[in-house]
Amino acid sequence: MTDFVNFALYHAWLIPALPFLAFVLIVFGLRRHEKAAAATAISLTGISFLLALGVAGAVFSRPELVEKPLVYSARWFSMAGLSVEMGCLIDGTSAMMLFVVTLISTLVMIYSTGYMHGDEGFTRFFAYLSLFAASMLGLVIATNFLQLFVFWELVGLCSYLLIGYYYYKVSAREAAKKAFMTTRVGDFGLLVGIVLIQTFLGTMDFVELSGKLPAFAKEAPVLLTTIGFLVFIGPIGKSGQFPLHVWLPDAMEGPSPVSALIHAATMVVAGVYLVARAFTMFSVAPEAQHFVAYLGGFTAFFAASIALTQREMKRILAYSTISQLGYMIMALGVGSLTASMFHLMTHAYFKALMFLAAGSALHALHGKADIFEMGGLYRKMPWTAAFMVIGAIAIAGIPPFAGFWSKDEILVMTKLHGFTGLYYLASVTAFMTAFYMFRMVFTAFFGKENPENHPHESPVSMLVPMGVLAVLSVVGGLVGAPFVAKGFGYWVRYGAYHHPEFHADVAGISVLLALLGIALAWTIYGAKKVAAKDLAAKAGFLYTLSYNKYYIDELFQWINRVFADGTGKILYWVDLYIVDGIVNGLARLTAFAGERFRYVQNGQVQHYALVFFASVVFIILLSGLLGVTTAGVQSGGVAG
Amino acid sequence: MNFSPIAIALLAPIVGAMLLIFIPKDERRLIRWIAAFSMGIALLLSLAAYFMYDFVKGGFQYTISIPWVKELGITLALGADGLSLPMLLLTNLIGFSAIFASWNIDKRTKEFFILLLLLIAGVMGTFVSLDLFVFFLFYEVVVIPIYIMVIIWGSSKRVTKEYAGMKLTIYLLIGSAFLLVGLVALYLNAYPAGQRTFLMSALAQASFSESFQIYCFALLAFGFGSLLSMFPFHSWSPDGYAGAPTAVSMIHAGVLKKIGGYGLLRIGVLTLPLGAKFWAPVIALLAVGNVAYAGFIALAQKDLKYVVGYSSVSHMGYVLIGLAAMNVIGVNGAVANMFAHGVMSALFFAMIGWVYERTHTRWIPDLGGLGHQMPRVATGMLLAGMAGLGLPGLVSFVPEFTIFIGSFAAYPVLAVLAIAGVVITALYTLRVLANVLFGPRRAEFDDLQDIKGPEMVPLVVLGAVLILAGMFPWYLMDMVNAGVQPIVDTVLAKVSQMTALGGGVK
Repeated sequence: MTDFVNFALYHAWLIPALPFLAFVLIVFGLRRHEKAAAATAISLTGISFLLALGVAGAVFSRPELVEKPLVYSARWFSMAGLSVEMGCLIDGTSAMMLFVVTLISTLVMIYSTGYMHGDEGFTRFFAYLSLFAASMLGLVIATNFLQLFVFWELVGLCSYLLIGYYYYKVSAREAAKKAFMTTRVGDFGLLVGIVLIQTFLGTMDFVELSGKLPAFAKEAPVLLTTIGFLVFIGPIGKSGQFPLHVWLPDAMEGPSPVSALIHAATMVVAGVYLVARAFTMFSVAPEAQHFVAYLGGFTAFFAASIALTQREMKRILAYSTISQLGYMIMALGVGSLTASMFHLMTHAYFKALMFLAAGSALHALHGKADIFEMGGLYRKMPWTAAFMVIGAIAIAGIPPFAGFWSKDEILVMTKLHGFTGLYYLASVTAFMTAFYMFRMVFTAFFGKENPENHPHESPVSMLVPMGVLAVLSVVGGLVGAPFVAKGFGYWVRYGAYHHPEFHADVAGISVLLALLGIALAWTIYGAKKVAAKDLAAKAGFLYTLSYNKYYIDELFQWINRVFADGTGKILYWVDLYIVDGIVNGLARLTAFAGERFRYVQNGQVQHYALVFFASVVFIILLSGLLGVTTAGVQSGGVAG
Repeated sequence: MNFSPIAIALLAPIVGAMLLIFIPKDERRLIRWIAAFSMGIALLLSLAAYFMYDFVKGGFQYTISIPWVKELGITLALGADGLSLPMLLLTNLIGFSAIFASWNIDKRTKEFFILLLLLIAGVMGTFVSLDLFVFFLFYEVVVIPIYIMVIIWGSSKRVTKEYAGMKLTIYLLIGSAFLLVGLVALYLNAYPAGQRTFLMSALAQASFSESFQIYCFALLAFGFGSLLSMFPFHSWSPDGYAGAPTAVSMIHAGVLKKIGGYGLLRIGVLTLPLGAKFWAPVIALLAVGNVAYAGFIALAQKDLKYVVGYSSVSHMGYVLIGLAAMNVIGVNGAVANMFAHGVMSALFFAMIGWVYERTHTRWIPDLGGLGHQMPRVATGMLLAGMAGLGLPGLVSFVPEFTIFIGSFAAYPVLAVLAIAGVVITALYTLRVLANVLFGPRRAEFDDLQDIKGPEMVPLVVLGAVLILAGMFPWYLMDMVNAGVQPIVDTVLAKVSQMTALGGGVK
């Protein structure tokens, strides 16, 4: 056992390498063998999961890794003044992430064998999923900013390919493009930030940086804050923070397993993980860190306010994801890495579960997405409905479900660290979360059945992975509960260990608000005591604003059309008529001159002699005037 | 004399072209295979030269030196160092692929392949010449086949192929006229009569006054710069590529224009460091013009070849700003990016060629959903496009990142503007990929055949390099560094030495 644990610790690079091998095998050999392709992807990712367990075991047996990560790496390329390595960094945080990513990847792959059954792109789907798992795991073990950026872009590529998986659909194609483009804007900031880090700190290595940053913060606080802001633009794009969140709801065009794996549990938390990895930097750049906190808190509230009025099941879940990512970002901003990572983990369980359950429902309804066209699904799909309810309870924050513990930790830390305004905002958001989630649950899964629908329960291959996630959504939060000695926060932390305390007031208020939210949802959508339409009419302007997502998409489209395309058209005109105009004008001038000068070439020798003589005189005069002689140039050249 | 793989690699296409003269023009199959075979030999030899390069010894290897015109100091001297070998390899990778990209040419097949082989040999020659005269000779050799190939096998769209061929040729000639003046000035000023030589190594050791360096470098920068499509001397490039047949677009965008960057570094910067230092800020500024201006224009294009044409102009901005940084990191990035851009633009042009050959259009609004009928072509375009927007794991990410680091040290503001180019690049690339490859299946393309057999060669060869060089960048970067480090060291030493003397002797 210890042999395996040590092997896993020192061969952690195998964890991303195995899914990559699966990708290569599928692309180059198993394109036409569906079962073999799925088996390869699942088994190799499964082995990665076992190795990730080994790494976690290693961290448990060597607690010193929590504060002093194990790092090993190899040269990727180097030259004088720039050296880039690729390697593995193992500490509590990366071990936790390895566990979560391999677990959810494996489960989603198993689920996909059922969900994607009969799809003509079945092997392509598994190839992309494997490539994604490899890239995400490479990101997790990154030892430096550039390695992280490399895999950051690769998960972006996989996201692009998988959102556009149904590439014949115009909506999917456009959503894929939008996702890539929006995150690209964020990546620009991140890239500039990385260039600044390399230039001014001379290294991109996380461990070396944490040694250099405190001194640097005293020397150049403004520069460091600038770097912090720039680096944070990356997570704004990747983790769907305001105002670059617009791509994430559209990303739901991808198949549901993709939404669960990439756009809920793993890739979108890469931004959160990046801030966590760069935590040393943010902790010595307070302005940047406060910005992180407030933007996260605002995003959490803002996205929840949109989720209140959306009609498509996966879109509601997507806005909920944005909102929960806001919580994680806010937790980092208020200075608690533990709370953020804890919520990241529990959110991965219950949000992946909800997306898989949504996929199960949509699968049965042949893609019908509007929750108001569903209704009463629990009768034909009891398991799916139960899983969805478990997920909704967990996200609403009802104890002892997983979401309660992590959300409570965030609220406590926000309050304790003096961010009272944010604490209230986050509590209100918790109320909204409970309301919109149960609005969806009551509308889609309970109430009257829609006679047009003929739903059926999903196959075992889809139910089993959901079952595993359901169990984790219930008990997965206990590892970080206040009554556990040396719990989650002992292994995943920054700085000294603080045992989480139970604050009855914070917990009480948040549970009360969640229950109120559920009750309100029941009144309107379950018991239908109040008509939703009347409410919408009363809210009027606010309802329209929320339903239309505050018109941010329209704003971006307008900017894109006017600025990017407009500039392009203007400059093209300049190029055609000015730059090229000059070229063509010169050409015409030459042709014209040629036309005129051909009369000079008249074959009369005395005429040529005259021109020759005149030219010589002219050149002599000119060189006399400028004081240039051949000798002068030469001696100057030799002496110089 | 030692066995020199580069000399034989240079001879292979020439011998191939000479053989083709004796083949009857109806033997198309034989003609194609002879061309492919001779380029295959050249490719294998350049691969061997690349991987057999002795890093410990460094400097120029596989050298050959035959006195040619002793009175003028002209020597037929060939050799390769870390700067030439990536370019040589690139020439042969693209040359080999270009043969297969022209596999279906039926019109005057024999003449086409003879000219193509001569073109490749000409480009190759410039990268392995150690003598300025021979370098220039090869450079001029390149012009003739380009002109003929564009006007005979080209295509007329926005502009006629005659206009495109003319524009391409005249621009090349005007550039080379300035170059010629500059090179002759170098030759005359380096050494007194009797000791004069065209050997680049000897010229690099000569010292020139600062004022001479400034005006001579301006001539070279204009000549080489317009070849590298430096803003605002770029307008030949999109029209030229659009008019040219696929193989010429591949070679021209892929390697030929890189002679500009190569020459600027090998001859301009190395021989005239003070001139380079004087003009570097201007070049950096124009480089940002390249990146942003051409990037935005690419957004407004509807013809596939114009998108890639302007994109190529935009990418050369990165090369220029890296060179202008005049530090090891920036110049390393610039040279590596010439290789990277060569591979991806050649792949892109090859794929556009297949699309055009089958659909007879390059007009983006008329295309769509080609991923359904031609998944292989789609894969190639996706790869080339992703490399174009600098995706890590593909060839161009590491060079671009290196350029960003190097140029930021010299011109922070301009460098950030250049980095912003990654957003514009993504915008037009993703739009093209989406509109051409994805979307609903179109019935009118249903009987189109995906590429197969020999048509696959450009995709396989260039695609493999695109991925392998991206995953294992040290194979490229170490070689480039072996060539660049000594050059930059020499240049910086000269600059500090001469500025210490008060800017040289007036």
